[in-house]
Amino acid sequence: MRVLLIEDDRQVADYLRKALGEAGAVTDHAADGREGLLMAASGNYDALILDRMLPGLDGLAILRTLRASGNQTPVLILSALGEVDDRVDGLRAGGDDYLVKPFAFSELHARLDALMRRGTVDAPETRLRVADLEMDLLKREVTRAGRPIVLQPREFRLLEYLLRHAGQVVTRTMLLEQVWDYHFDPQTNIIDVHISRLRGKIDREFDTPLLHTVRGAGYMLRAP
Amino acid sequence: MTTRPLTPAPAGRRRHELWARTTKVLKSSSFRITLFYMLMLSASVAVLLGFIYWFTSGFMDRQTDATIGAEIQGLAEQYHQRGLPGLSAVIRERIAQDPTGAAVYLLADQAFTPLVGNLDRWPAGFPDANGWMHFRLCDRGPDHAEEHTARGQVFPLHGDLLLLVGRDVRDLERTRHLILDALAWGLALTTALALLGGWIVSHRVLRRLEAINQTSREIMEGDLSRRIPMRGSGDDFDQLAAGLNTMVARIESLMAGVRQVSDNIAHDLRTPLTRLRTKLELLRAELGEDHPAGATAAETIADAEELLTTFNALLRIARIESGGRRDAFAPVDLAPLLADLTELYEPVAAERDQRLDLQASDCAWVIGDRDLLFQALGNLVDNAVKYTPPGGRVELALRDTEHAVIIEVADNGPGIPESLHAEVFHRFFRADHSRSTLGSGLGLSLVQAVVQLHGATIELRNNAPGLRVRMSLERAAAPETLQERPLPAER
Repeated sequence: MRVLLIEDDRQVADYLRKALGEAGAVTDHAADGREGLLMAASGNYDALILDRMLPGLDGLAILRTLRASGNQTPVLILSALGEVDDRVDGLRAGGDDYLVKPFAFSELHARLDALMRRGTVDAPETRLRVADLEMDLLKREVTRAGRPIVLQPREFRLLEYLLRHAGQVVTRTMLLEQVWDYHFDPQTNIIDVHISRLRGKIDREFDTPLLHTVRGAGYMLRAP
Repeated sequence: MTTRPLTPAPAGRRRHELWARTTKVLKSSSFRITLFYMLMLSASVAVLLGFIYWFTSGFMDRQTDATIGAEIQGLAEQYHQRGLPGLSAVIRERIAQDPTGAAVYLLADQAFTPLVGNLDRWPAGFPDANGWMHFRLCDRGPDHAEEHTARGQVFPLHGDLLLLVGRDVRDLERTRHLILDALAWGLALTTALALLGGWIVSHRVLRRLEAINQTSREIMEGDLSRRIPMRGSGDDFDQLAAGLNTMVARIESLMAGVRQVSDNIAHDLRTPLTRLRTKLELLRAELGEDHPAGATAAETIADAEELLTTFNALLRIARIESGGRRDAFAPVDLAPLLADLTELYEPVAAERDQRLDLQASDCAWVIGDRDLLFQALGNLVDNAVKYTPPGGRVELALRDTEHAVIIEVADNGPGIPESLHAEVFHRFFRADHSRSTLGSGLGLSLVQAVVQLHGATIELRNNAPGLRVRMSLERAAAPETLQERPLPAER
């Protein structure tokens, strides 16, 4: 897994490289916009982490140039500007995800993971499966160990997202954005309550839990 | 912003609009000033015309009286010199010389028996102390008998004779009426013209004031780039507009400064905070969960998290208040939004044994920022759920009325004393300081900022028991084609 990090803050860059290295990624670093664009255009990376405010060349300008030249590498934009219009700007310029500083490394890692796996899914799937938990996307049915599980529409979407990202950490904000389609900061841990409901339906009556809480990060659905 | 219906407005509504516009003109200060001016002008013109009337009509009266007096003087002299025959001759001669028949002469004895003159009998009426009297005359015309007024003076002569000399004042009266009519019409015309002029002037003034009002409303709603149109004539309105425009430009540059500062703060503080947090995470990872210092690191991360939450909320409120978020405005249907919100918070309420109910109309379109509206309403529901004791209920309502979309969030919790209703939107406000609930005390400040950005209103009411929050947004027409959101969703 090769990641290019374009970030002018040396300390943030160093820690990110270190943390990404521990997570098993090879990270190249560019400290300014021009250098970053050159490296991104020539190198073969699985993902780009792009700071929005850069000396030399603005992050969004780099992104537009890359996309205009047909480069489709997944890009995660980092920004200190947290408002939605900035987010919209970033996504319109061709970014795939947007993360506001300061962020937890776990959040960055989870999103990066999701971005890179996105490219590997080719054919539209009709069935999703983790261990003995199965989801039929056409019939919109869920079974575990052959026993049908009745889900509300939103619970279905929640489980679908978790199944699609099985084995990856998904954070609470990712769930809010992707399952509920709202960018907002809940003042309470509403997602936890939804997860615990879902857990009650898919895990409670079975011996091996599939839906795990990852401390300080989020949730993960994985086979035992 | 106004929405234009596709069908033409019904007659009732047009009449209503006309009425509204008329009352607006009538209520305007410029119209009132014009009305006052019109009254003053009419009064002045009335005084002036009255003077003219008094002067002309009085002049004619005095002229008549002077002529009569002079004639009597002359006749008395004739009588004195030539006796009764001489007087009679002169009277006959004068009657003969007066073809119009306007002059009246009558010489009578003590018993009012006519001796000489052109009246066949002494007229009815009593003379005043100076011998002046008004009396009626019967027209001796061939076709018709017509009564009209005459004025004359009675003069006693030696030998117990009475001499009456008068004038038929019919023509005089006619002239007087003519003058009076002309003056009355003049007054009426002055009033009408003043009123018309007033209406035109106030209408023009109002139109320019309305332009200023309209622009200031848009500016108040947060669009600081708006400027009041100027005509370039350099008149009072242009000067006012120039003054206001300069003021707004100044405010705009200050706001831009604030925004710049908050952006700088955001950038300058968030970067070190990111480092702080990343370092702490690495530290915790290196120490491991079981290490006692690892637990401390975890707590420190939680503290940093809290600090960041408050910091982010403050920045966010500041940015929303600066009004730069309207680019993301689009038609939003609040009905599915509230359904999502209810669905999102329902499990939280259920966990606290509360009921969360939604009563919503089928659709309710407004122009706004979908995420911000969701955030604001989420904060309201969050508060309601948080402060309502277990077993309580929270009710959400959405109503689509003719002009406004109304959202209500009501609970049956402890509520907030009415004296504090205005304060709850202040930053860091807590209704109960001893309460150990989570939250930064910024939730309602953010709601307020979102409400202001949308030009909406919010009010708190006593739900007896509990709190009822009522938000009112301007209604928008449903868009003709439903557009996809520009944000890429999960593939």
